[in-house]
Amino acid sequence: MKEFEVELLKLIENNANLELDKIAKLMGKRIDEIQELIDKLEKKKVILGYSTLIDWAKVLDEEEVTAMVDVKVTPARGFGFDKVAERIYRFPEVKAVYLMSGAYDLSVSVKGKTMMEIGHFISEKLSTLDSVLSTTTHFVLKKYKHDGIILEDADEDDKRIVVSP
Amino acid sequence: MSQISYVSKKVDGLKPSGIRRFFDLAAQMEDVISLGVGEPDFVTPWNFIEQSFHALEHGYTSYTENAGMIELRKEISTYLSKNYRLRYDPYDQVIVSVGASQAIDLALRAVIDPGDEVIVVEPSFVAYVPTVKLAGGTPVTIQTEAEDEFKLKPEQIEAAITPNTKAIMLCNPNNPTGTFLSKEELEQLAEMIEKHDLLVLSDEIYAELTYDEDYTSFPSITGMKERTILISGFSKAFAMTGWRLGYAAGPAQLIAAMVKIHQYTMMCAPTMAQHAALEALKNGRQSVNDMVESYKQRRNFIVSSLNEIRLKCPNPGGAFYAFPSVEATGLTSSEFAEQLLQEEHVAVVPGNVFGANGEGYIRCSYATSIKQLDEAMKRMKRFVEKRI
Ligand SMILES: Cc1ncc(COP(=O)(O)O)c(C=O)c1O
Repeated sequence: MKEFEVELLKLIENNANLELDKIAKLMGKRIDEIQELIDKLEKKKVILGYSTLIDWAKVLDEEEVTAMVDVKVTPARGFGFDKVAERIYRFPEVKAVYLMSGAYDLSVSVKGKTMMEIGHFISEKLSTLDSVLSTTTHFVLKKYKHDGIILEDADEDDKRIVVSP
Repeated sequence: MSQISYVSKKVDGLKPSGIRRFFDLAAQMEDVISLGVGEPDFVTPWNFIEQSFHALEHGYTSYTENAGMIELRKEISTYLSKNYRLRYDPYDQVIVSVGASQAIDLALRAVIDPGDEVIVVEPSFVAYVPTVKLAGGTPVTIQTEAEDEFKLKPEQIEAAITPNTKAIMLCNPNNPTGTFLSKEELEQLAEMIEKHDLLVLSDEIYAELTYDEDYTSFPSITGMKERTILISGFSKAFAMTGWRLGYAAGPAQLIAAMVKIHQYTMMCAPTMAQHAALEALKNGRQSVNDMVESYKQRRNFIVSSLNEIRLKCPNPGGAFYAFPSVEATGLTSSEFAEQLLQEEHVAVVPGNVFGANGEGYIRCSYATSIKQLDEAMKRMKRFVEKRI
């Protein structure tokens, strides 16, 4: 991958909302060059989507609960863990699935409106899958940092004096 | 009672800094977007801060050796060798100072006798002339020209030489112009410097912040190491202005002279800052590279934006300053800066505070978030359009 492709990706990873003309100016390129590059990276599925990080806790009436579930499974013959993982990640409630080394096999992040809702999903859908041996559920109590972004960072205002040598 | 002034003539005679006056104006105002700041907008990388906590927790709260902790001097020496192929003995050719500011002061005081002249190249950092005067020397200023992109030319050195000339202050890349001197350009200056047997104080605090070409440290030029005091520090590239940590490297005799002054007037640089700097040199490369990439993008952004709104601005090769001409508006530097502040609440620094030839220019620092820069450019566009 070329250096300027990485530069572009880093820019839009930090801010998917950055306008094309600004990206062009920042990188010292033309707008059409940037557009072309983005098209290419989308086609190659390097860029998979554009999302916005929202602090739902700040939105009234919009409670949300996240659980991290440790899942032990018996891998399916011929497919290893991949088939089981797929059975799990297809559920829309599931936000992330990772194969782990250590005491359990899959780490599954599940979101729901209430603890009850998540509990229901785990007992009815997840733990009942043939290859799932056991689940251990940990509910998230508070988010401090997510995907590199510190939530509730009250401390980010500019502390510099306005004019200095 | 009569008002006797106890202030020395030397200090009384110093001009108040033009920056100071501007600061007072801007400080009274709300929602100012400041392009007037000569320091990074980044907070010091967390691992440096954390290392300093660690040192404090373990009781490192006392003085260090006068010249700085030997571990830090060793790291500085390694850093200079890796990055600029310079070899300095950490035991007697490196001193850790309270910012590059103190290193400049120490170097000047270590070499100046009354009557000695020091060449200062302007527009430049506002501290050079006063520091030369305070050290008892006589500053002789050279004005670089806009049409030379504010690059110093060897003939200009020659013209400033008198029998009393002892030293020349160089700054590359330069504050406020962002001017970057290439190896060839430095070699031409070196020839002239050698011819007149000058000592060089080379302020390279912005050396890491260069965007287009490889950097050449002045003492790495053949024959220059023996006559150069290299001055640098952690403020800019490592985002550590408030820690007050810098250093100088040079011939052992000169460094010893600087240590002598330092031991009587300062004892040592702050201990906790020295620990943070140690971490910065050992594990700070990625952070520095990330910040440099970001400065480069903002440089591209501000330079093209300024040119679009007819504030003509050449592409500065280093530091984090753009130095556009305000000629198109028909205003002087100060008028431009003051009216811009009053009308649009954008702070820039009038170019004339950095030297006579800075008149007609303003310094815009791009050590500011893209969002802020974008807003500042919109406001400046509106301001300029009213006047053209
Ligand atoms: C050219 C130059 N030299 C030296 C300094 C002083 O830096 P320090 O914070 O290390 O004292 C500055 C700060 O603005 C500068 O611009």
